[in-house]
Amino acid sequence: MQRHLISAADLTRDDAVQILDTAEEMARVADRPIKKLPTLRGRTVVNLFFEDSTRTRISFEAAEKRLSADVINFSAKGSSVSKGESLKDTAQTLEAMGVDAVVIRHGASGAPYRLATSGWIDAVVINAGDGTHQHPTQALLDAFTMRRRLVGRDAGIGQDLGGKRVTLVGDILHSRVARSNVDLLHTLGAEVTLVAPPTLLPVGVESWPCEISYDLDATLPKSDAVMLLRVQRERMNAAFFPTEREYTRRYGLDGDRMARMPEHAIVMHPGPMVRGMEITAEVADSDRCTAVEQVANGVSIRMAVLYLLLGGMDPAVTHTRTEEK
Amino acid sequence: MSKILIRGAKVLGGEPQDVLISGEVIEAVGAGLSDEGAEVVEAGGRVLLPGLVDLHTHLREPGREDSETVLTGTRAAASGGYTAVFAMANTFPVADTAGVVEQVYRLGKDHGYCDVQPIGAVTVGLEGKKLAELGAMHESAAGVTVFSDDGKCVDDAVIMRRALEYVKAFGGVVAQHAQEPRLTEGAQMNEGVVSAELGLGGWPAVAEESIIARDVLLAEHVGSRVHICHLSTAGSVEIVRWAKSRGIDVTAEVTPHHLLLTDELVRSYNPVYKVNPPLRTERDVLALRQALADGTIDIVATDHAPHPHEDKDCEWAAAAMGMVGLETALSVVQETMVDTGLLDWAGVADRMSLKPAKIGRAAGHGRPVSAGEPANLTLVDTTYRGSVDPAGFASRSRNTPYEGRELPGRVTHTWLRGRATLVDGKLA
Amino acid sequence: MDTQRSDARPVLEAPDIARVLTRIAHEIVERAKGADDVVLLGIPTRGVFLAQRLAAKLEEITGRKVPVGSLDITMYRDDLRMHPPRALARTDIPGDGVDGRLVVLVDDVLFSGRTIRAALDALNDIGRPRAVQLAVLVDRGHRELPIRADYVGKNLPTSLRETVKVQLAEEDGRDTVLLGVKQTTPDAQH
Repeated sequence: MQRHLISAADLTRDDAVQILDTAEEMARVADRPIKKLPTLRGRTVVNLFFEDSTRTRISFEAAEKRLSADVINFSAKGSSVSKGESLKDTAQTLEAMGVDAVVIRHGASGAPYRLATSGWIDAVVINAGDGTHQHPTQALLDAFTMRRRLVGRDAGIGQDLGGKRVTLVGDILHSRVARSNVDLLHTLGAEVTLVAPPTLLPVGVESWPCEISYDLDATLPKSDAVMLLRVQRERMNAAFFPTEREYTRRYGLDGDRMARMPEHAIVMHPGPMVRGMEITAEVADSDRCTAVEQVANGVSIRMAVLYLLLGGMDPAVTHTRTEEK
Repeated sequence: MSKILIRGAKVLGGEPQDVLISGEVIEAVGAGLSDEGAEVVEAGGRVLLPGLVDLHTHLREPGREDSETVLTGTRAAASGGYTAVFAMANTFPVADTAGVVEQVYRLGKDHGYCDVQPIGAVTVGLEGKKLAELGAMHESAAGVTVFSDDGKCVDDAVIMRRALEYVKAFGGVVAQHAQEPRLTEGAQMNEGVVSAELGLGGWPAVAEESIIARDVLLAEHVGSRVHICHLSTAGSVEIVRWAKSRGIDVTAEVTPHHLLLTDELVRSYNPVYKVNPPLRTERDVLALRQALADGTIDIVATDHAPHPHEDKDCEWAAAAMGMVGLETALSVVQETMVDTGLLDWAGVADRMSLKPAKIGRAAGHGRPVSAGEPANLTLVDTTYRGSVDPAGFASRSRNTPYEGRELPGRVTHTWLRGRATLVDGKLA
Repeated sequence: MDTQRSDARPVLEAPDIARVLTRIAHEIVERAKGADDVVLLGIPTRGVFLAQRLAAKLEEITGRKVPVGSLDITMYRDDLRMHPPRALARTDIPGDGVDGRLVVLVDDVLFSGRTIRAALDALNDIGRPRAVQLAVLVDRGHRELPIRADYVGKNLPTSLRETVKVQLAEEDGRDTVLLGVKQTTPDAQH
């Protein structure tokens, strides 16, 4: 049994529901005059960011501070790491300092897994996004947002997303958010459809537990939630699609397309949004768009994960990943 | 003249016989040979093979002596039963001049563990732009006949065509590292189900196959021979099979690791499994075994690629590509080809000694085990089974994917022109 | 919670529990001089049900609705690192909050006092009550902190080898307090 959170695929349904339920309680702390709990007092958490991501870093930092952990921010960009110090050396430095958990963001897929399994460090490892692999807390906060909106805050307690139809649109190939969401949403019983130009779907996607479509308009009426993924303009230069205008015409979500979604359906975006590309301002600013809510929910989810992995003697979250033989 | 009697050895896996070595040559092969005046090695039913020949070794000297040297690399070769290795050109400086290849050649001679036949670079600095002085390297003391930019693909079709044509003048061969560079930008592992899940850049099979297809057609067009390095996909096998059926003079090699390991192992993100070409799927592995058995793939070559610990003890993307292989090659071949019934020991001798020596024109190697032939021999305990312990390697590097894995077979003795380089598993 | 032997002996039955809750309700009214500003906060799980029952009884006595809520103390425990993390229970503070009011904490068993210490910390982060009192169904002794209950259903002298288990209809299907002997697993009781 592992005590880290590396991949959304490692979570069982019960693990995931427990995290969502715990996050629901954590969310209530945000409504109090004192938004702080003593739970992780005396525990040290390092935010080890090899890639810039202010959004994710401050979300984790807020969660850590609300749980009273001692927080060290280590932005590896511009530090000795860029001068050739390896992940291993950095890990061993942190180990020597006696940290209890490492929240790691890394440009290389698998770096958190290596950190957790290579014996370089004893601390709990939480993946805050690795390359184009996984971003499990993002998937959890997305699932949390969906459960609140589509099942209900109180009605959702103890529930999964069974039967909900979720559509992910955009650059699946380069997206760790997509991979994490497909894994977690499947575990939670949702029906997932990926919509993208074929160039932005990975070879091998056919083995994923989801449907594939190239036709956004046909999928929208059958969606309870539509999640748009950021499409970086520079992909155009590598011939993933011809022009921004053509991408937007075929895969962008505008007001007309949003009108084809069921009344109750929500629009999600992990941010940062490229307005005018995958989403129009009209949709982004509509009350069906949960982008801002997702950010708030991110803190609650990360508090829940930190509490469950770090709050007790052993982690409460069981992992199913089997160690290599 | 010193004499050695190898008593009761199964020559090429046949009935036990005695083999008498006298000086540098085999004097006699037969039953009940006299041991008079000879040092006796009791083979006890072990298998005797001609000394193995590796057409694809990275010895790293000059330039990366922290990972391997000619001395440590040839000691590793002797440990693995090899009597000749072809040293790849991607050293620092690159082996693209007569001076560098002669240096490597002499180092091998001086150490005396294994003959070292340098491979010359096809293009200056492996840059793929300008032909290196292939003729000068051939005429040097090293007598280079195999040319390769291995590590990089000669991707420019015109340069490849010219190289294929040019080496005809002296019977050379171009060994192509088939990897279309544009299709493999940022590639980290085989492109497929596993890469999609792991989020590692995909290395499509077609990047290898398209180059092989182009090069066999070029070889046909200019009437030259071409050798394909470390073929790794089922599709590549089909192309080579087609080319051979058409009469094209193509030969191909497969590495031991591509006969055994699959990309499923990459799920561990352990860079010890990071290699170029990447580990492929089970389907590819089975196709490669079949092709080696039926002769579509001519030889096994190790692509022994030593790397220092720190180049593998890191995250996947930052890690170097390659695996050491000299000391485990025969065991892996026994596991995948002999113990599966695909190949007998005579077949192993053919794929690991006779054919590679023939492709590389290695004089005195890859000869039959019979009277009058050079005494380049390898004695193998095929009944042995044990787990791989890299701490015991003679190589300077330990980047083996087999650590802790149980494999069959153990080389106990190696003779290079009658002189023992390995005795009872220990280097002489 | 699986340390109960089948031969655990009931020390309070349903009618006893109803009776002591009625008595506690009267005591609260008496000491709080009418209970106008009382807020009942139950400590999950069974403290919440006891708080709700007390609220109903207070309403019978005074004719007024008494605010009742729940206060989960999990995140404030001092023994978090001695156990796997526990699932969180609901904290539900009545609409008007606790500022300036008399908060009566309600729990089933008072033992070491650590749960109440945690509850006081939790309460501190929620607001500033005029005063805090404590009501428990059973006080089994063995305090490890200077904490005492203002309202006690039953004082039950026990040894540390014994276990006290409260069962309530809302959670367990019946009302009873069982006294048993601890088996192998330590720390299974609070």
